[in-house]
Amino acid sequence: MRLIEVSLLSKYYSSGLVKKQYTKAVDGVSFHIDRGETLGLVGGSGCGKTTLGRLLLRLIEPTSGRILFDGIDITRLSRCEMIQQRSRMQMIFQDPESSLNPRMKIGESIAEPYRLGMKGGMNRDEIDDRVKELVDIVGLNAEHVNRYPYQLSGGQNQRVVLARILAVNPEFIVADEPTASLDVSVQAQILRLIMDLRNEFGLTMLFISHDMEVIRHMSDRVAVMDRGRISHFMDPGSKNIC
Amino acid sequence: MPLLDIVNLRTHFPSPDGMVKAVDAIDLQIENRERLGLIGETGCGKTVLAMSIIRILVPSTRVHGRIMYKGMDLLSLKDEEMRLLRGREISMILQNPTMSLNPVLKVGDQIAEVIMYHRGLDKKLARSTAVEMLTAAMIDYPAQRANQYPHELSGGMKERVMIAMGLASQPSFIIADEPTKGLDASTKAEIVRLIGDMTRGRSMLMITHDLAAAGEICDRIAVMYAGEILEEASAETILSDPHHPYTQGFIASLPSRGLHPIPGSSPSLIDPPHGCRFHPRCPRAMEMCRREHPQMIKLENGHLSRCFLCA
Repeated sequence: MRLIEVSLLSKYYSSGLVKKQYTKAVDGVSFHIDRGETLGLVGGSGCGKTTLGRLLLRLIEPTSGRILFDGIDITRLSRCEMIQQRSRMQMIFQDPESSLNPRMKIGESIAEPYRLGMKGGMNRDEIDDRVKELVDIVGLNAEHVNRYPYQLSGGQNQRVVLARILAVNPEFIVADEPTASLDVSVQAQILRLIMDLRNEFGLTMLFISHDMEVIRHMSDRVAVMDRGRISHFMDPGSKNIC
Repeated sequence: MPLLDIVNLRTHFPSPDGMVKAVDAIDLQIENRERLGLIGETGCGKTVLAMSIIRILVPSTRVHGRIMYKGMDLLSLKDEEMRLLRGREISMILQNPTMSLNPVLKVGDQIAEVIMYHRGLDKKLARSTAVEMLTAAMIDYPAQRANQYPHELSGGMKERVMIAMGLASQPSFIIADEPTKGLDASTKAEIVRLIGDMTRGRSMLMITHDLAAAGEICDRIAVMYAGEILEEASAETILSDPHHPYTQGFIASLPSRGLHPIPGSSPSLIDPPHGCRFHPRCPRAMEMCRREHPQMIKLENGHLSRCFLCA
């Protein structure tokens, strides 16, 4: 069953006032991701992999092409309809510190989707219980709930980001180099956690990285990107690529 | 006599929560024409160790111990004497080229400045030497690149400029701080090769958390954790036969070695664990590790390990 189906997706950036020049960040890309599958996206810096990840969540508008999410063409949705769909998809960014509000306690950040009523009405106690449950799932302690992001390490903050993502109970996650800013021993912890959560919650993922070894561990299938295009697909078990 | 002999170095600095013991009783020797890799995770004190050597720490920092370089104790030199040494004798390739390069000067002029100051060449000659340095750093169209500003160059290119600048004064000793940080896989491989080629036959301290890069370039590797050195041996030994459980865990957590994480996180440098600093995360911790602080144990072939299991 296909959850994501992308056809001829492009994103061009224009520059220059008189003579327009176009940077083809993503240039006519087509692929699909099955439900429960993790597609790895690998490529050098500047090849367009982050742009592609953001396009899938329509965090930026495509120049042309179509993105079917669970059969719905999300490129045609209105802003309001898109917001409804977007709670089914989430993104993990490279730098956890900049994806958390520095003035919100960890617990408040995780509880925010519930307070906004995104997932049905819940009273304070129910929200508190749910936050505790999520914090536990991602391997943090109850005491962390009252801390601020600057009081936690990079690895702990990335755990908070994962808890907040799980709070909205998404089906699809774009992970954009989620461990690029972390140390090796912590990177292994976070990648293992992402694998566990994916299996437990049956998540579908696009996993972006420039590290082929990481991609190999995380993906069922790998798309190799080069200068805005997907040059080929490969099996993560195969050797000697790039 | 080693080129650099660090004896019982302690670098502590005050913070609102207490003294941060970033470098705590470190002994380290680097021989002439030896390249030593210093491996460790964020916040273990490796950059502070480098900054202690060339004395670029804030004045409130307390540095104790001895850093003998060519028979001089760097810590007892006058500021003026140290300034003559810094950059000329000992140069540092700083991490993060985007932050370290001057954004409003052409890269050729920035390298020429180093050459004029340290080698006393006139501007014209310094400028042409700078282009030669860029050529040596394998930059295409070096003469044109020399006329560009840092923002016009890619990350890998800026790192090459940093390396060219670090070597422009023809130093006897080079400190490279995380030269491959933030580069993508293929650029990283190129930079590692470049550093390896350009520092062959020279003396270097390379700070990194990239064990593969250190293994490729360095003769010896020291593993640092929570302000201490836990293991030190030849690069081959560290990679193939590490004795300390932290080194073993570090290697096992690499994606290419199975992605097996070390549980827990690095300890605070303000109040590091009693006994062995790694014991709270160590899979083989014993009762003794909680109580006693292990000393460096000498194994064969200059292999050192700070672990009771090696005794």
